[in-house]
Amino acid sequence: MGGLFTDAFIGSLIFGAITAGIPLLLAGLGEQISEKSGVLNIGLEGMMLFGAYAGFSVAYSQDSFLLGFLAGAAAGVATAAIMATLCVIWSMNQIVVGIALTLGAEGLTALLHHFQFSRSYPRLAKSETWSIPGLHELPVVGTALFDRNALVYLAIVLAFVLVWLFNRTQWGLNLQAAGDKPAALDAAGVSVKATRFTSVLITGFLGGLGGAYMSMIGGGLFLPFMTGGAGFIAIVLAMLARGHPLWVLFGALLFGASLSLATALQVAGFNIPTDIIQMLPFAMVILVLVLFARHSYLPPSLGIPYHRGER
Amino acid sequence: MSAVDQKEEQANSQVWAAVRTILRVMFPIALALLAGALLLMVLGKDPLAYYGYVVKRGLLSPTGLQASITRMAPLLLIAAGLIVAFRTGLWNLGVDGQFLLAAVCVAALAPVLINAQVPAPVMILLCFLVSAAIGAAWSVVPAFLKAKHGINEIISTLMMSFLGVSFANVLIKIPFNDPTTTVPQTATLSVADRLGRLGDTTIHWGIILAVGVVVAVHLMMKRTSLGLKLQIAGSNPRAAVHAGLNMKGLTYCAFAISAGLAGLAGAVDLLGVHGTIRADWNPAYGILVIPLVFLARFNGFAVIAFVFFFAVLMIGGESAARRLGVPSFFVLVLVALLMLFFAVTEFLDHQRRKKGEE
Amino acid sequence: MEVESAPKSDSVISLSGITKRFPGVLANDQISLDFQPGEIHALLGENGAGKSTLIGILSGMQQPDSGSIRIKGTQVRINSPKSALTLGIGTVYQHVLLIPSLTVLENLMLGAPWWRACDNAGTKKRFEELCALLATELDPDVPVGRLSLGQQQQVEIIRALWHGQLALILDEPTSMLTPQGVRELGGVIRRLRDHGVAIIFITHKLKEAYELSDRVSVLRLGKVVGQLTPEQLGQMSEHEVTDAVIGMMFGLESAEPDLEETLVGDSSLSHDIVQKCHDGSPLLQLQSGSTNGKIGECPLIGADLSIWPGEVMGIAGVDGNGQKHLAEVLAGQRPLAGGSLVLDGQEIGKTDLIERRKLGVRYITDERLGEGTANNHSVATNLVLKEIGQSPFWKWGLTQNAVIRRFADEKIMEHDIRTPSAQTPIGRLSGGNIQKVLLAREEAPDAKLVIFNKPTYGLDLQNTIRAREWIRQGAGAHSAALVVISNELEELREVSHRIAVMSQGRIVGVVENNPTADTEIGRLMTGMDAA
Repeated sequence: MGGLFTDAFIGSLIFGAITAGIPLLLAGLGEQISEKSGVLNIGLEGMMLFGAYAGFSVAYSQDSFLLGFLAGAAAGVATAAIMATLCVIWSMNQIVVGIALTLGAEGLTALLHHFQFSRSYPRLAKSETWSIPGLHELPVVGTALFDRNALVYLAIVLAFVLVWLFNRTQWGLNLQAAGDKPAALDAAGVSVKATRFTSVLITGFLGGLGGAYMSMIGGGLFLPFMTGGAGFIAIVLAMLARGHPLWVLFGALLFGASLSLATALQVAGFNIPTDIIQMLPFAMVILVLVLFARHSYLPPSLGIPYHRGER
Repeated sequence: MSAVDQKEEQANSQVWAAVRTILRVMFPIALALLAGALLLMVLGKDPLAYYGYVVKRGLLSPTGLQASITRMAPLLLIAAGLIVAFRTGLWNLGVDGQFLLAAVCVAALAPVLINAQVPAPVMILLCFLVSAAIGAAWSVVPAFLKAKHGINEIISTLMMSFLGVSFANVLIKIPFNDPTTTVPQTATLSVADRLGRLGDTTIHWGIILAVGVVVAVHLMMKRTSLGLKLQIAGSNPRAAVHAGLNMKGLTYCAFAISAGLAGLAGAVDLLGVHGTIRADWNPAYGILVIPLVFLARFNGFAVIAFVFFFAVLMIGGESAARRLGVPSFFVLVLVALLMLFFAVTEFLDHQRRKKGEE
Repeated sequence: MEVESAPKSDSVISLSGITKRFPGVLANDQISLDFQPGEIHALLGENGAGKSTLIGILSGMQQPDSGSIRIKGTQVRINSPKSALTLGIGTVYQHVLLIPSLTVLENLMLGAPWWRACDNAGTKKRFEELCALLATELDPDVPVGRLSLGQQQQVEIIRALWHGQLALILDEPTSMLTPQGVRELGGVIRRLRDHGVAIIFITHKLKEAYELSDRVSVLRLGKVVGQLTPEQLGQMSEHEVTDAVIGMMFGLESAEPDLEETLVGDSSLSHDIVQKCHDGSPLLQLQSGSTNGKIGECPLIGADLSIWPGEVMGIAGVDGNGQKHLAEVLAGQRPLAGGSLVLDGQEIGKTDLIERRKLGVRYITDERLGEGTANNHSVATNLVLKEIGQSPFWKWGLTQNAVIRRFADEKIMEHDIRTPSAQTPIGRLSGGNIQKVLLAREEAPDAKLVIFNKPTYGLDLQNTIRAREWIRQGAGAHSAALVVISNELEELREVSHRIAVMSQGRIVGVVENNPTADTEIGRLMTGMDAA
């Protein structure tokens, strides 16, 4: 009896955790930025979905991963621009607009998929990886950790960069002020709307990139509704991380692991119905919420549009 | 000014207000249909043919119209629940999980009751009660998180919804699976055991229940103390605390009503139309009804009108998918467009009024 | 001092013909004013006289419809807070505009270009310069939320001077301060004046204006209606200044005593207060009452308070010293974490709000809009807001609209609430009328305890007089215990029998309201007695 923890199981679990965790990480970091600035971005799922579609179709048609990633990020930014215009500039309800964008993204990408890909279901070739010399040959974890797409490393580095940006730069201070006490930021001569607008665009950029990673690297193909709630899980991660990027990183990998558990178990020779495994990440979110509810933190002005003079 | 003049002016201004309200609704609908038409053209389809077909199959043909009205029943029940939740300021976005889980449990319960020779009316009543209870039970965790820790219910209800949908599938595939069929699904109810039809139509009486519930909810919100309490809890939570209202109780209550009605919708749809549930079936009614309740500004009667409009779109769109090759996802895009244009219209109207005051 | 005699042409900011219109209001009407360097210039006026709008225009929050602004003779447009700051015009608002979770330094760094890394060293240097200028000491690395309000205000002044010391605008700067804090602020302002800063000082307190300023301008209904030059001020006694200013503020030849009393808070004009006799047991008794507070709130710590029937107990203290929790504990809106509360011989510490209301507890909150009213609901609904579900307004849960409307119409008549109808959303009413709705709602002949939290905050003069009269007459109850919380000492001196002083969540002393009470209260407030 090899037991559960065979090398194959661990390797495939770590590999899967990263594959499933990177989109969550990117989107979660993005959401953290917009939540910090006071915008609850419920449209994140839609931004990821557009990113997934655009990334895949450009990567497929242009045969370039780089262009695919750029297209995914651009699609996310474009969706975010709608959100930012309606919610930040025109002060519309952030929840209504977010739901509308997600619905629209689901419908539109499914429709486009139907007309473009539903007969052939094309797949992308496996992407090039950066193997880290010396490390990628380690037993068990080598391939899973150190022979991955460049975006994996970039996303992880980004979490650390954000720690510095949040704490040590004017931009970081502005974000915090926009979410905590926008009137104070305004009085200091910084535009609250501009701060929030750009932060929503950055969310779109990262969300779109995360979506593109899902379709291009994770699956190698685009499927309707393929984000399957990842955007919402990313929102939860941002909420529980209390403004600390490293907690998003930790949470994303943890959720990634639970998402990839089904495959890993199959690799290890266990056959558990996928539906039960699919429940796992959501059950975990609920469990985490119940256990750590009192530690979740949202900025005081989250979700409230800012108007000068209404204090 | 004489009293008569004043009355006339008042009547005039009322008519004008009504016209403006209708315009405010029609304008975004027209824009959404127009944008949808552009999209169809881009996809190489003839928008006029599509819309024409949708109207013909969803509204003008007798079978289509009956199908549209039948489809309204679950949508209206879900909408009724959402009116209560939204007015209380609670974003219950977990309707789909509540709906599906209740439907699956009823699909398993009904055959058991029928086999036990329980009289039909009692069987239906029991199914309704159980479905409402299951729906409500699925909202207890978000309600607790909201009442106790102030956790944003958008996230928790969505998570519970995803969880519920997966759980329903597990139930269908393992304990409630009908071994006599090849695809995983629950045991099928015979037509005789389902909800009765209205006259010669294919419409079941669930629609009457649904319309009744919407009207009842509307009156409850407008004419009772519970309704007022819920509204104040939603619009001015701090005033509600100041007035000594039991916020936690009201939160649980609104969640229970809203999720309970979503569960009931599941039972009505199952007992009225499907008779069985296949694995991976998820109509996702909830996420579609949410925008409609918004567009209707939480008004019960407007909800009925919007749901009818939408049911026609859905039924017509499903036919068009088969016939014209436009997948029914197009309806999703239309709803999203409708919402965005509605929001924009609201905003422009608001700006115009503000200018008018200055 | 040489700056005092500076000729007019030297004025650093010069406004001419500033006009600003809001829907239905002409907030500023052809205002022309000059501000000199090295001069403290007080702007006086009632609520709604146009002071805030004028500051808004100077600080770049609002743009005038017409008129021009010149700085040292050059015409400028101040179209954002940022442009005001770069011009060297700094503003300290009435409510603190700092981010509590950021440190002093971080707050001061806000406003630099976003792509920069935080310049800790440079910021610290400038901070120390300005601290020296103000002759104050502050820890730059402490989160602002942990500073006292007076210290926070000093941080705000430092920030206002950050980009230049041309002009400093102070909007009602003393309203949140202890007497000690007010004295310190006075010192800081004078120092800055002596360094040549033009100081614009907005207030509605005559006494402060007289004590601090070199020049006084009076606004009324959006217009400048008069000015007292340094020469004139130098030649007049305090009483003459008061008379002249009140005359300008209300457009009167000579001031009415009632107005004068309310405005000046002259204790010699106070109504005779006859102390209630304290025989028998008190009607209300709070013993070592404590509460739990969130971060940023001041909880109640072992507070004792006894009030006899018919007695008005004033609660003095600087805002944020536990008054809010005291009010909420008495009203039943907040649970007691420890201690006991007895009303009329009955322990009510565990009784909920609705039950307490039935026992005769009434609470007029200071947050009229935030929690006192449901602003999109009608005046009628708001009048019965605390009776929802109870007869006769509801029967078996059904709303009895006719009964509610009749009740509302009566109250509207009785309390002279100016509203188009009982069905008008209450949010459309003026602050004074909303306060009347609250007073009407909390009126009950058999009330036993009525709590007023800042009953005249933000009201105009007429409504202030009316509200104080209402309290003096016992709030419509026969012999209730009344609690009046206020940060205006004059108000408490006018209405209370005794005055309790709160400091840092404790009741540090109770004094009888007699002519010497002021000094005693001041001493208690600054905490000299607390230890």
